[in-house]
Amino acid sequence: MTTIEEAPPAAPEIGKDRRRKEDQRLITGRTRWTDNIALPGMLHLAMVRSPHAHAKILSIDIEAADKSLNIYEVFTGKHLAETQGVVVNAWPITTEQKTPDHLPMAIDEVHFAGEIVAVVAARTAAEARDAAELVDVEYELLPAVLDLKEAAEDKVLAHPSLGTNKTAFWQLDSAGQGTGRAIDEVIEEARADGIVIEREYRQQRLIPAFMEPRSVVVDPTGEQITMWSATQIPHITRFLLAATTGVPESKIRVIAPDVGGGFGGKLQTTPEEWITWATARKIGKPCKYTETRSESLISAHHGRDQWQKLTLAATKEGKVTGLKVDLLADLGAYVGVVGGGVPVLGAWMFNAIYKWDAYQFNCTPVLTNKTWVDAYRGAGRPEATYAIERLMDELAVEVGKDPLEIREMNWIKHEEFPFTTVAGMTYDSGNYEAATAKAKEMFGYDALRAEQKQRRESGDKVQLGIGISTFTEMCGLAPSRVLGSLNYGAGGWEHATVRMLPTGKVEVITGASAHGQGHETAFSQIVADRLGVPFEDVEILHGDTQVSHKGLDTYGSRSLVVGGEALVLAADKVIEKAKPLAAHLLEANAEDLEFSAGRYSVKGTDQGIGIAEVALATFAAHNYPEGMEPGIDAESTYDPVNFSFPHGTHLCAAEVDTETGQVKLRKYVCVDDIGNIINPLIVSGQVHGGLVQGIAQALWEEAVYDDSGTLVSGSFVDYLLPTAADTINFEIDHTTSPSTTNTLGTKGVGEAGTIASTPAVVNAVVDAVRQFGVNDILMPCTPERVWSAIHGSDPGKDTVEGAMPHFDGGNQEDNQ
Amino acid sequence: MIPARFDYVAPTSVEEALQALAEHGDEAKILAGGQSLLPVLRMRLNAPEWVIDLGKIDALRGIRDDGDAIVIGALTTHHDVMHDALVEEHALLIKKAATEVADAQVRHRGTFGGALAHADPAGDLGAPALALGAEFVIAGSGGTRTVGADDFFVDLFETAIGEDEILTEVRIPKHTGWGAHYAKFVRVAHQWPIVAVAATVKADGGTISEARVGLTNMGSTPLRARGVEEALAGATASEDGVREAAAKAADGTNPPSDLNGSAEYRRHLATVLTRRAVAAAAGG
Repeated sequence: MTTIEEAPPAAPEIGKDRRRKEDQRLITGRTRWTDNIALPGMLHLAMVRSPHAHAKILSIDIEAADKSLNIYEVFTGKHLAETQGVVVNAWPITTEQKTPDHLPMAIDEVHFAGEIVAVVAARTAAEARDAAELVDVEYELLPAVLDLKEAAEDKVLAHPSLGTNKTAFWQLDSAGQGTGRAIDEVIEEARADGIVIEREYRQQRLIPAFMEPRSVVVDPTGEQITMWSATQIPHITRFLLAATTGVPESKIRVIAPDVGGGFGGKLQTTPEEWITWATARKIGKPCKYTETRSESLISAHHGRDQWQKLTLAATKEGKVTGLKVDLLADLGAYVGVVGGGVPVLGAWMFNAIYKWDAYQFNCTPVLTNKTWVDAYRGAGRPEATYAIERLMDELAVEVGKDPLEIREMNWIKHEEFPFTTVAGMTYDSGNYEAATAKAKEMFGYDALRAEQKQRRESGDKVQLGIGISTFTEMCGLAPSRVLGSLNYGAGGWEHATVRMLPTGKVEVITGASAHGQGHETAFSQIVADRLGVPFEDVEILHGDTQVSHKGLDTYGSRSLVVGGEALVLAADKVIEKAKPLAAHLLEANAEDLEFSAGRYSVKGTDQGIGIAEVALATFAAHNYPEGMEPGIDAESTYDPVNFSFPHGTHLCAAEVDTETGQVKLRKYVCVDDIGNIINPLIVSGQVHGGLVQGIAQALWEEAVYDDSGTLVSGSFVDYLLPTAADTINFEIDHTTSPSTTNTLGTKGVGEAGTIASTPAVVNAVVDAVRQFGVNDILMPCTPERVWSAIHGSDPGKDTVEGAMPHFDGGNQEDNQ
Repeated sequence: MIPARFDYVAPTSVEEALQALAEHGDEAKILAGGQSLLPVLRMRLNAPEWVIDLGKIDALRGIRDDGDAIVIGALTTHHDVMHDALVEEHALLIKKAATEVADAQVRHRGTFGGALAHADPAGDLGAPALALGAEFVIAGSGGTRTVGADDFFVDLFETAIGEDEILTEVRIPKHTGWGAHYAKFVRVAHQWPIVAVAATVKADGGTISEARVGLTNMGSTPLRARGVEEALAGATASEDGVREAAAKAADGTNPPSDLNGSAEYRRHLATVLTRRAVAAAAGG
């Protein structure tokens, strides 16, 4: 009797619901968060910030602070002078872009409330904070420009020396670049004999609100200056520290230890990092700065903040012929590291999954005296997706068709991939029909439509609305040549190293720096399959430039599709490199070996050797072929050939209480096509979190300033972050069109939920109350705005700029 | 966040607490759980030189039956209030409102008396206490005095408690057998109410015989909607039956305008929530 040994599956790990190996330490906090780091002799810093939006600094009196208990030093911008370097914009979107100088610490003038004017270094954080209160700054107030549209008129200037608030004008024109017809022609045709829909949508200002506040430690002792920072971008930070402070890059080590969330909010080089750097160097002792939540809300960069003027042209039947976009984007007081590039990323996304004849995108990023604005989960793409998905619903109403039917009339059919869009992007793969069919079925679309009809007819005080978002996004930033053509300051490759340890364990180094995404788990799964080693034997190292010397960090849904591909290439190189040694040990020809499930075998025999044994033999180096190095480690730098384009169909049912305007989510279904999935559990987490963040834009979050430029929503009392108590059970599923731009067939998922959900929710809310003559409600769709819309008053009025004083501190007898 | 430096004293009796208060007076703040004082300290909105923590005074904790009233010790946590059998039986409205205070963490630390003494008009307990005609027992150097609910709330964050006094307990007249509902309107679950309505109702065979209605965040203090209460007597215990009475809910109120809603919207909400709260309290 012969027993047939079943071969282990070729890819046992990929596709497995692995629980995240990093979670125990992340959740319990028994790990190296930056603020947990304590070094001998370390000083603590506190920042003094301007309360004014725009002012001249007349004088700064530091005497009282300097004499305060256990104070080491107090520095103003004049003290730090050129040692502090500058905070740069790495993506000037045009060569003529007007970019205000951004000193980490202001010297003569402040341009937003929250800007740093002095730093105090003390023995303890409490003493630093106490002394910071004693720094006396005399300001001369200057006129501040706060409103985006007013800023675009240049009547009051955020930076008078620039002569304008408009930093640049950037255009994508389908006729100009040869990817379509002239937009004005198409609009004229539609005006004559078709449909023209003109709308203006507002993307309110949001605050990324990551869980771990920003924190930085700088140790200037030793040969290399070391910076620990709660950042998404240790490699870019190292490069820019060298470029702007004159310290040779080889003398700088940047470490992003475990980082508690970012959402783009930590895709920045910050004044706080640069000031801590300069202060530690000047004093010669390690220094730590950890922001308070209030500081985080006013000074860490914000997101979104656009006005979108849109003109959609279509035939009478509902076939879209073109779209013209005029975008005003509020950059706040400074142009951040990506800055004006964020709204520009929307240029390739307004056309979404649709086929049009003509398209024009015009973008003007504008400076105001508010907190700076930069990348926030989705960065440019949620804004674009919102606009087009809202417009498709409006078009459906105009034509009198079901909004899903209108979309189907206009979308790219699955057999048309790869498809080059009117914006000039080539989409790799997709199947909008399949995702939509699945979502419709899961949602019970027809039954909900019937219920909606019944509620309308009976005049129910609770009305039901159904919102749709058939989104796509470009992710996996990005092919370096494309970035070069856009004037972006870096490439888009990623680096990986695979090190085979003598005991058979594997160390993998990635340049993608995780801040909560689960890289350690997903990357281990990929490498375990590729090398045929146990999942537990793979260790992922990242975030320390001394270990991971090369990388471009984590943002733009790039870690898996770019970083993961680099891993695959490096692992394959290890397999190839070790092959001659395996052949040597097996006394066979290398050509006769095949590698599978972690083992080199001689074809047609039962002879073989495991890769762990080869690793040990390499370490011993007692017996290896002539002409070969005793080393099988390998590295790879992967530059993507294209973006990847995940897509999905999101369906939302919302109930609107017409008496109060309260919106309650009833059902949310999404079917995302993100190509092949490495770890479904991690994907679910990304989708769930992304959905909540996008829904929060639709319903809850808004950064509001008062007339003097003070952030009114400056704490979580007034900046409404949702919790689990505010969400519903999401029903998520997938269809799979493997990406053709990487060997794993994966697409990004980090931003998908956020991009898709905002328009799905607002479409549902508007759909619920459309019978009252409503066709738009400003975000967030607060109960008051919805109620006002239903009752015929203005649904677009600004939020009242005042906060309740729950913590009024004035009266001694209060606050029990 | 790091508060400014302060000295701390934790007396174990009301007498000691009053003594500490007499000594430090203007320079002191009373800590009675910390739901609001701790954020104030951490955000440096106030920097008292002394914090007098009442948390070690066991005599201020607990709930007891006192004949025609129940008595809630000022330092009883929201969690203990909402799970107390006496409260459930005789002051159901208090239980309903306490259940809605902030989140579970706050309910385990924040206290009944602390919240009332803080007198945030958006606090959840003022309107129910007012509606139930609570009496506030206040200790001072000259002994204790009792202040009725109508006189207790003076203004925004201001009560009848003097600078050298401490709220020790709150007497709630028994409303045994009365139905109750606290309708709290929020945008996210952990928020202060934009508006809330506290209603408790004595209903008999589908008809309301007596009703008490308190309003949260409709002015600088919790308010009692007496016009509604009067109009409810004899009303049918249903949303339609109480509609007309509830429409008076915003009469004479002066609600704030802020990020979460304009005064006009709040006035509207008050009428809708009153209708719903009363109907729910009446079981209609």
